[in-house]
Amino acid sequence: MDWVGWAILVVRVAIVFFGLLISVMLYIWMERKVIADMQTRVGPLRAGPRGVLITLADGIKLFFKEGITPTAADHPVYAVAPILAMFPGFLAFCVIPFGTSVTLFGREIPFQLADLNIGILWILAMTSLSVYGVVLAGWSSGSNYPLLGAVRSSAQMISYEVGMGLALVAVLMYSGTLRMSELIAAQDTVWNVIPQFPAFVVFLIGAIAETNRPPFDLAEAESELVAGFHTEYSGIKFAMFYLGEYVSTVTVAAVAVTLFLGGWRGWWPFDGAVAWIGPLLWFVLKITAVIYVLILVRATLPRMRYDRLMNFGWKVLIPFGLVWVMITGVVVVLPQEYGNRGRYIAGAVIVGAAALATLVAPLFSHRPASEAEPGGQPEGREVRA
Amino acid sequence: MSAQEYAFTVLAVVGGLSAIAVVTARNVVHAALYLVVTLLSVGGVYLLLGAEFVAWVQILIYVGAIVILFLFGLMLTKAPIGRDTLDNQQRWLGALVGVGVFAGLVFLIQEAFPVQDAERFETFHATTDAVGESIFRNYVLPFEAVSFLLLAALIGAIVLARKDDAS
Repeated sequence: MDWVGWAILVVRVAIVFFGLLISVMLYIWMERKVIADMQTRVGPLRAGPRGVLITLADGIKLFFKEGITPTAADHPVYAVAPILAMFPGFLAFCVIPFGTSVTLFGREIPFQLADLNIGILWILAMTSLSVYGVVLAGWSSGSNYPLLGAVRSSAQMISYEVGMGLALVAVLMYSGTLRMSELIAAQDTVWNVIPQFPAFVVFLIGAIAETNRPPFDLAEAESELVAGFHTEYSGIKFAMFYLGEYVSTVTVAAVAVTLFLGGWRGWWPFDGAVAWIGPLLWFVLKITAVIYVLILVRATLPRMRYDRLMNFGWKVLIPFGLVWVMITGVVVVLPQEYGNRGRYIAGAVIVGAAALATLVAPLFSHRPASEAEPGGQPEGREVRA
Repeated sequence: MSAQEYAFTVLAVVGGLSAIAVVTARNVVHAALYLVVTLLSVGGVYLLLGAEFVAWVQILIYVGAIVILFLFGLMLTKAPIGRDTLDNQQRWLGALVGVGVFAGLVFLIQEAFPVQDAERFETFHATTDAVGESIFRNYVLPFEAVSFLLLAALIGAIVLARKDDAS
């Protein structure tokens, strides 16, 4: 690569980094405004028009606040944890295509940092790394509530990662590729959300749990754990946790858009030299829509109890994901093997399986009282698998 | 040396040093973190070999799940984290076993892939396709055997951990 190529690369990275930061700023404001609306408050109002600069003001405030390190803290780990919480969200965004491409200085510049041929795997690997920030923060604080938050969140994130991974497996089986650009090309006519709707739901639930957002924010349940894993953090280090959480929210929304909602595809309102603006606008619009849904979920649902969270993850989400992967496999492979006839066989098998499931499911839905767990918590209205 | 060899040297040194740090660390959680560095550099070596899929799976499984489970276990069981409670008198035995395993692996790998054949692998690219084909077509029996073993371990763990009441 010559120096122009390097310069373009640096500029691209910078644009993605700062674009992500600015969008995070705006989405935090949006979240606060929407929740305020739903609770008939006004929300942030003073900083900037309609309070849009509130996140910037908060950031500056936190930057100048004193950072306190607890005496019992494990210093190197305590200092590294916020960084580890922040970077996976940024890294995962690298493989997201956020537009088509633009030709500048005689070079074609794609709107995507890296088109890895194992894009989905990269996203999974990065989300799996995001657990470290939370776990290490909780442990290194040398304090009880953060430790409890860390234990909760590590169990929760590992559990829901499996469900989320299964949803991604279904999508990649259906599209037949791990590369993000090919995934979007495969959604040329129909967005994946239509044939893969169950996987979309599983993915969104898993994503909410992975990003520790309400109603799955057990790691920082303020009614039980003060503030969970970041209780002992203050100042700029706390700001990094806050930022990391919202960066992963934006990234997860971007992944949902790319995998299920056709990525930057839309109806082109722009032509010619500015044709690249259309896809970019569609991408931003779709991300905003997904985040809006996440905010609505947060504002409507109460926090889950911990045992129910685990029950739901292991007894509902993962079995459901597995069954859906199986169904997707049948639908994909049978037409390949038997041509058109295979399609009808697949349909018949699935309808038959669904009928059988509805017949058999009631047998498992009620557990007799004698089977209740020794802990003594009421198990009558337990999840129905 | 080529850029690849420089990169390999750095990865090997970092990975090796942190592997030593894993066993000499005075704190179990720190040891787990050094293990993360070691596993990451192994992933980096896979990347250098052009095995992208294996590299990211290595990071996803080992760094993202297994070490997290170690940490989870350490925190949940209130295992002693400091040095004194952790120490025991079998250091020499441990070193002996370590050297034995190392020698055995070196011998086996030399037998299977002699150094003079290194050029043979240069054009090989372990794409997802190739990995899938070889696991589910050529090596499906070992694959099933390994999954069976893991399943048995899983059920064993549940049986050991579960306390059934007499009723």
